[in-house]
Amino acid sequence: MSYERDFTVRPEPYQKQQEGRAHRRGTIDRNFRRLGFLLTLATLGILGILLLNLAMNGLARIDWQFMSSFPSRRAGEAGILSAWVGTLLLMLVTASAAIPFGVAAGIYLEEYASKNRWTDFVEINIANLAGVPSILYGLMALGLFVYQFRFGQSLLAGGLALGCLVLPIVIVATRESLRTIPSSIREAAFALGATKWQAVWHHLLPYSTGGIATGVILAMSRAIGESAPLITIGALTFIAFLPPAPLISHAPFVSGEWLFSPFTALPIQMFNWVSRPGEEFQSNAAAAGLILMVITLSMNAAAILLRRRAQRNITW
Amino acid sequence: MEVSPPPSSRRLDKTVESFMVWVLRAGGWASVLVTFGIVLTLVTESWPFFREVPLIRLFQDTMWTPLFAQPQYGIGALLAGTLVTTGVALLVAIPLGTILAIYLSEFAEPKFRDWVKPMLELLSAVPTVVYGYFALLTLTPILQKIFPDLPQFSMLSAGLIMGVMIVPYVTSLGEDAMRSVPMLLREGAFALGDGKLGVAVRVVFPGAFSGLAAAYVLAISRAVGETMIVAIAAGLQPKMTFNPLESAATVTAFIVQVSLGDLPHGSIGYQSIFAAGAVLFLMTLGFNLAGHVLRKRFHRAT
Amino acid sequence: MSLPPVPQPSAGSETTTSDAPAAIKVQIQGLNFFYGNHQVLRSISMDVPALQVTALIGPSGCGKTTLLRCMNRMHDLYPGNRYEGAIRVQPDGTDIIAPEVDPIQVRMRFGMVFQKPNPFPKSIFDNIAYGPRIHGLAKDSIELDEIVERSLERAGLWNEVKDRLEQPGTSLSGGQQQRLCIARAIAVGPDVILMDEPCSALDPIATAKVEELISELREQYSIVIVTHSMQQAARVSDRTAYFHLGKLIEVGETKQIFTNPIHRLTEDYITGRFG
Repeated sequence: MSYERDFTVRPEPYQKQQEGRAHRRGTIDRNFRRLGFLLTLATLGILGILLLNLAMNGLARIDWQFMSSFPSRRAGEAGILSAWVGTLLLMLVTASAAIPFGVAAGIYLEEYASKNRWTDFVEINIANLAGVPSILYGLMALGLFVYQFRFGQSLLAGGLALGCLVLPIVIVATRESLRTIPSSIREAAFALGATKWQAVWHHLLPYSTGGIATGVILAMSRAIGESAPLITIGALTFIAFLPPAPLISHAPFVSGEWLFSPFTALPIQMFNWVSRPGEEFQSNAAAAGLILMVITLSMNAAAILLRRRAQRNITW
Repeated sequence: MEVSPPPSSRRLDKTVESFMVWVLRAGGWASVLVTFGIVLTLVTESWPFFREVPLIRLFQDTMWTPLFAQPQYGIGALLAGTLVTTGVALLVAIPLGTILAIYLSEFAEPKFRDWVKPMLELLSAVPTVVYGYFALLTLTPILQKIFPDLPQFSMLSAGLIMGVMIVPYVTSLGEDAMRSVPMLLREGAFALGDGKLGVAVRVVFPGAFSGLAAAYVLAISRAVGETMIVAIAAGLQPKMTFNPLESAATVTAFIVQVSLGDLPHGSIGYQSIFAAGAVLFLMTLGFNLAGHVLRKRFHRAT
Repeated sequence: MSLPPVPQPSAGSETTTSDAPAAIKVQIQGLNFFYGNHQVLRSISMDVPALQVTALIGPSGCGKTTLLRCMNRMHDLYPGNRYEGAIRVQPDGTDIIAPEVDPIQVRMRFGMVFQKPNPFPKSIFDNIAYGPRIHGLAKDSIELDEIVERSLERAGLWNEVKDRLEQPGTSLSGGQQQRLCIARAIAVGPDVILMDEPCSALDPIATAKVEELISELREQYSIVIVTHSMQQAARVSDRTAYFHLGKLIEVGETKQIFTNPIHRLTEDYITGRFG
């Protein structure tokens, strides 16, 4: 085919040329649609491969002994008791730090703060915080909580580090959820003589619990999987004891002693096993990873379903 | 006024009101305090380091060995690791993420999209230590069949998996941006007889560009700050190399490596991780701010 | 140009309006309102008579809704707003826009109904009971039940919803929702009800019901209604005020405004020359 064009004569009837082009466009579109679909499946497939891989290597390892044993030098005897208890207690600290502050900050910024330079700054600050690498939260916790505040390499320091890490997630979820409530609802409450706090407490918060809960679940699922900040503050990888129980037999029946206990957590335990040579430890790692994956994925699935339901149930 | 003296319940309301304003404001302050805490810690703890090590050495030295008897402080060795792993990750995430964004926004059925998007987002919810495990124990052996000389720890393997992890950032934000391009613009191009992909590339993509750019920039920030994947699969030895087939430590991996050892408060090792952290903070701050500005601009434009 | 017929007021109100001038409920005196540096209302002075319907009409952006929202201090919710002048409410003569007056007290005396029905996503009962609850208007649950029933009855909704008070208010039809919002406003026990284009989101049948309700409510409440529809103003109101670019152009008996307007601008507007 010659690329020289004779402009005096049209090489083929114009109509036909146009049809040819339209046909080509149709083919390109169809091919791209196919490519997009395949890539979507492939990308999702990675998730499946990941799960399958962990299950194949680790599922056999998960049993009562694994759940109820402390780590050990012999892979076959090792378990994740201290790890899952540590994760559970960490989450308790994280949630009680991140939820109240995050929700309060969200309400304040969305409903109370007037638009000025200060709130612009806070806005940018939150956007940045959401993108600060998790390990820097670990460094902050190391310098501030571990040494300045003398919390030591404890559950309290670790839980607070994770709480700071997920704070932006809770704030953003709260704000977005409040933003979906139309201003006419606020005005309706105010027109009836409600104070601002009454409008928030009686209306805005109840109507946004779905969205806030979604955000909280996502935040917690993020925190459960985090290891870098915990490594930085010096969470130990070999803990053969449990922290003191939060409930005690004598008055006042609760004790905060556990907050200052050293700890390990599931992802830390897994990291420890991954970096050890030997297939046996690796199948321990896979087992811990499988448990972690199942926890985080089901939390995320719950969040997705909750969001769907919240969206379906309320139509303004 | 008839009801002039406020009933006592009204006075209580007012007390509650002003009390709650303070409580809520405290919450607003918390986010600022966290940033303040991060900056303050990084500055004060790395201060002795920067006093001892002249800035020029960070760029003159070619090795990063702050813990050695004759220490070298060439931060370039760590930055090279971060640059290479991030580069590999972006080579995966940007093309793949963009294609998926175009496909989901312009081609896929809305119902399909509504299911697939949250499932894709699960990829970024996977604990990074699991990704690290996968890169080291599954992907690296596969890659070693292609590159027989590939060491057990390699930036290639870590970077590829990191790319998978950040695909959802690109796809999700990018798809949001593309979908908010007004239908009117698309119709104009369709009316001129352009095909779907043509419209996507020539109209939607430029129209959503600042939104997509924000997605890319935030993905970069993620990759730069990612820790566990590189710490597990890319190696912990700082090395001045730009070859992804080698192993090298990133800024984040160095912090992990030092943290794993016994770390006396105030030692040069302790200070050096805060110095590395400060460098990391500045890098991600730049990307985060750029991403924020781009997103704002995009939202204002549409 | 033929005008829509002005409804004959009932015999009772006929005598009030023609023989003795109606008692005044609200006196607006030299009211200026600023949004930031932008003046939206310019020295408005007018009286709102008690137990009558006053319609505020005028082209978009003329300030009629702004004036309505001055009367329950709705503008206090947003920063940068400023009032000047006075709005006195009788019989006590309190200036409700004076800064020392608590806007919440004002809002209890001036109920408000909005353009779009905005019931809370709570049960029908809780929608009505909300105001009385936060103001402690009921001693016990029996009294609260009474308030809810009475309010729904006055809003003509009781018979339609009495068997499903626990269902969400949002499950009602648009017209029912708007009457629910009226009942909700009544439950706080206001003297004045402010209505901001209450029928703009309703179909003609629901509109007719709400209009019917408005003329019933006139027996107990002073009503100020903003409306875009001149026919509606003519149908429901006793007095009409015409606004243009933030100024009150003319106020008078509805019949007079629609048949014999004094001001040229009013005439142009009601004959449809602009608007």
